[in-house]
Amino acid sequence: MPTPLRLSRRDFLKVSTALGGGLALELTLPPSAALAAGTPGPELTAWIVINPDNSVLIRVARSEMGQGSSTGLAMLVAEELECDWKKVRTEFVSTNEQVRRNRAWGSMATGGSRSIRDSQEYLRQAGAAAREMLVAAAAQRWKVSREECDAENGVVTHLPSGRKLRFGQVAQAASRLEPPKDVKLKDPKEWNLIGRPARRLDIPDKVRGKPLFGIDVQLPGMAYAAIAQCPVFRGKLVTVADERIKGLRGLIKVVKLEDAVAVVADNWWRANRTLKLLAIEWDAGPNGGASTESIREFVRFGLEDSSVPVARNDGDVEAAFSSAAKVVESEYYAPFLNHAPMEPMNCTALVNGDRVEVWAPTQNAESTHAAAAATAGVPLENVEVHLTHLGGGFGRRGFQDYTRQAVSIAKAVEGRPVKLLWSREEDMQHDYYRPMTLMRFKAALDSGGRLTAWRVRDASHSIMAGVRPQEIKEGVDRHALGGIVDMPYEVPNLRIEFAMRNSHVPVGFMRTVFHSQNPFMRESFVDEMAHAAGKDPYEFRRAMLQGKPKDLGVLDAAARVSGWGSPLPAGVHRGIAVQDSHGSYAAAVFEVSVSGAGELDIRRVVVAVDPGYVVNPDSAEAQVQSCVAYGLTSVLWGEITLKEGRVEQSNFHDYRIMRIAEMPKRIEAVLVPSGGFWGGMGETPLAPLAPALCNAIFAATGKRIRSLPLKNQGLRLA
Amino acid sequence: MIELTVNGRKHSVDVEPEMPLLWVLRDVLDVKGPKFGCGIAQCGACTVHLNGEPVRSCSVPVSAAADQKVLTIEGLAQRGQLHPVQKAWIDHEVPQCGYCQSGQIMAAVALLAKNRDPSDKDIDAAMTNICRCGTYARIRTAIHAAAKTLKSTKA
Repeated sequence: MPTPLRLSRRDFLKVSTALGGGLALELTLPPSAALAAGTPGPELTAWIVINPDNSVLIRVARSEMGQGSSTGLAMLVAEELECDWKKVRTEFVSTNEQVRRNRAWGSMATGGSRSIRDSQEYLRQAGAAAREMLVAAAAQRWKVSREECDAENGVVTHLPSGRKLRFGQVAQAASRLEPPKDVKLKDPKEWNLIGRPARRLDIPDKVRGKPLFGIDVQLPGMAYAAIAQCPVFRGKLVTVADERIKGLRGLIKVVKLEDAVAVVADNWWRANRTLKLLAIEWDAGPNGGASTESIREFVRFGLEDSSVPVARNDGDVEAAFSSAAKVVESEYYAPFLNHAPMEPMNCTALVNGDRVEVWAPTQNAESTHAAAAATAGVPLENVEVHLTHLGGGFGRRGFQDYTRQAVSIAKAVEGRPVKLLWSREEDMQHDYYRPMTLMRFKAALDSGGRLTAWRVRDASHSIMAGVRPQEIKEGVDRHALGGIVDMPYEVPNLRIEFAMRNSHVPVGFMRTVFHSQNPFMRESFVDEMAHAAGKDPYEFRRAMLQGKPKDLGVLDAAARVSGWGSPLPAGVHRGIAVQDSHGSYAAAVFEVSVSGAGELDIRRVVVAVDPGYVVNPDSAEAQVQSCVAYGLTSVLWGEITLKEGRVEQSNFHDYRIMRIAEMPKRIEAVLVPSGGFWGGMGETPLAPLAPALCNAIFAATGKRIRSLPLKNQGLRLA
Repeated sequence: MIELTVNGRKHSVDVEPEMPLLWVLRDVLDVKGPKFGCGIAQCGACTVHLNGEPVRSCSVPVSAAADQKVLTIEGLAQRGQLHPVQKAWIDHEVPQCGYCQSGQIMAAVALLAKNRDPSDKDIDAAMTNICRCGTYARIRTAIHAAAKTLKSTKA
C-alpha cells in the first residue's frame, strides 16, 4: 500500500542539516509501514528498502489512479529482485527527495498509459542491481565466489553447501556495495511474476474505506476552502459583496483570486454554504456570448478553409479521384466531454514562511511540486508534495489549476493547512475538456472496390497549443491527428490536412485522448467505404493491413472470438473496428439489436488487445471492462454544451454516467500479447469501441452515425 | 447539540441541524470512508446505513440522524473480521481507483440484508451507485459470491 515516503533517520539528519534543521515537513509525515515493522532497513538503489524482517519496500514514482500500476511497477522490480512477493509493500516517492537526489526516480508523470512501458526497463534494472548487491554481500560473508550463489524468494543460497541467508540478514552489508552498472535482465521465459495474475496491493485498504485519497487528508488545525470560479472561461473577478456573510458561523476568510473567489471556513460545508451567499460580479470578457453552436461553426470553418497546412501527402489524391469508380464523402463530429472522475478536484496546502507542503491527488507530483513552488515564490528545495491516491484521474489531474489555487489560498491563511475542495458543479464547469473535433473524409474506390485515394480534413481544438506549443510544426499538430496521420492502412494516395481551431474552451487529455474521437470517425468511415465497395467490413480492413501484423493480429482475434460471419439470431447484427494507440493494439466487435423505436440492446462486446507483454493479466482484464464503461458512457450520453460562454451541465443529473444496470452483461477481454514490446493498457481498449458499436448500429438499422452522442441520434439503451 | 451513534459509538456534535450527515461524519467526526461525489444524491459515493437503511448521506440533514444509528464502512468489520461483502470485494479484485467502493459496499450490504439471493435484476435495481472506473461486472460477481457465503454461514 503506497504511503508517503519516510526518510530514514540518516537521510532525515542530512535534510535537517542541509536545510538548517527543525524541518516541520518531515516531522508531520505519517508513520509508514516500514517503521511500524521495526527499525527500517537500508536502501538498495533509490527504489528498494530491505528491512531486517525481510519485508521489502518498493518505491513507486507514478500515481495510482485506479489502473493498478503501482502493483504492476512493484512486480517489475520484484521480478528481478527475487524477493518474496508476499512481503512487498509500496510507498510513493517524496518530491522533496526527488529534488534533493537530482530526480533519482525519473519521471513521475502518470498519463498516456506510460507508467509501465516507460519505466519497465529501469525498474527491472534496479531490481536486478539490488539482487546482485545482496548476492555479492552473501558471497563475501561466506568467502565464496558469487557464481556459486543464487537468489530466490528472498533468500540467497550457496549452491554447493546449501547454506542460506535471508535478504534481511545481508541487506546492511549489501547497501555498502556499489550498485553494479551493467546487469543482465531475465529472458521473458524466466519470468515468475510478470504475466501471471497478481493480487493488487492497494485493494485491502480500499475495501476498508481507509483514508487514502486527497479529499481524506486531515491535519491538525486544518481549514477548509470552497471555490467559485468565473463561469466564463478566461473571464475575471470584478468584485465580491460580502455583507450577507458577516458573522456566519465558522467563517475564517474570503480570498479573492484573479478569476475565482474562495471561502475558508472551519469545515467544507460551511465554506461552501457561505460561498453561495456571496454576491460575485464577474467580467466575462469577450467570450460571454459563445454557445455550442457558435463554437461548432467556428471549428467547422476549418473544414471549409481553402488554405490549411498539410500533414501528409502520399501519391496524388486528385488524380486518383478523377479516375475513381466511386467516391464516398462524409463529415463527422465529436463534442466536448468532461472527465468526471469520482473524486472532485482538491488539494491541501500549508504555507509556512518560505516553506510549502502540499497533499494532492495529482497525475504528476513533480508538476504539482513545481506549481506549488512557483505560486508561493519559493525554491524547489523548500517544497514537499505528498502524493495521495487518486479517486480517478483520466487525464484531468495532470493540470495543476487546483494546486495553484490551494497554495494561493494557503498563503492567505499562512501557517494553517487548508484543504481546497471543488464542488461537483465547479468540477463539471471547469475542466480541460476533450476537444470538440470535426472531420471530413473523401475516398475514391476503383472498380474492384479497392480504396485508391483518401483525403482527410481535420478541424479540431489542439491540446498541444496549450501545453507544448513547440510540438506544433508549421501549423500541424500531429498529436491531434492521432490515429489519422499514422493510420495503419496501406492507402496509395493519402492527403491529410489539419485546421487548428481553438475556441475559448480549455481542452486537455482525456482517457485515450484523440484516439477516443478520431477512431470513431476513421473506422466508421472505413465501414462506409466497405459498404460502398460491397465488401465485408472485416475483409475490407484485412486487405489494407497486410503489412501490419500487429493490427491484423488483434483484428483477427476479435473476429475469431466473436465468430465474425457466423449466423446470429434474427435482428442481431455485428460491427467491427481496429485501432492502435498508446503503444498497443486493439480491435472490437459489438453485437447489437435496435428496435424500431430506437432502443439499443448491446448484447455482446469482444475486445482483443495486444500490449506486447502483459504484466498483470487480472488488471489488464479490468482495464478492458473499465474502457467499456468509460467509452460507452461517452458514446451514449457524453456531451458538454455551452450557452453564454459557460458550460450548461452541472452535475451527474445532466451529465449522465453509466450505472451497473446499463453495463453490457457480456464483455469478453481477449488478451493476445505477442511479446517483444511494452504497450499501454489503460486507454487502448477504448479506441475501437465507438466505431465498432456505431458500425453494428449501421448493420442493424442502415443508419450511419456521424455525430455523437447517440442520445442525440434517436437512440437510447433498451 | 445533536447526538448520534456512529459505528456503535455515541457522539454529540455542535453543528447546524441542516448540515448534511456526510460532512458531519467527514469533517467533524473524522470518519472518511463515506465520500463526497456529487452532493445531490446522484452518485452514492456517500452511502451509509441509517438504522440499517442505505442513505445518501450528502443529502440527509444531520438532524434526521439525531438519536439514530449510523453505520459506515469503518464499522462493517466485526471483531477484526471483514464483512463477507468486503471479502468478496477482495476475492474478486473489484476496486480500481476505489473512491466509490465504500458506497458500493454499503449499498451491497444493505441489498443482501434484505434479499439473500438477489438476481441480476435485483442488483440492477438496488445498485445505483456510480463507478467511473467501470468495476460493475466485478461488483455483480462479488455480490453473487457474497450471497453464497452469507447463505452458507446462516444455514
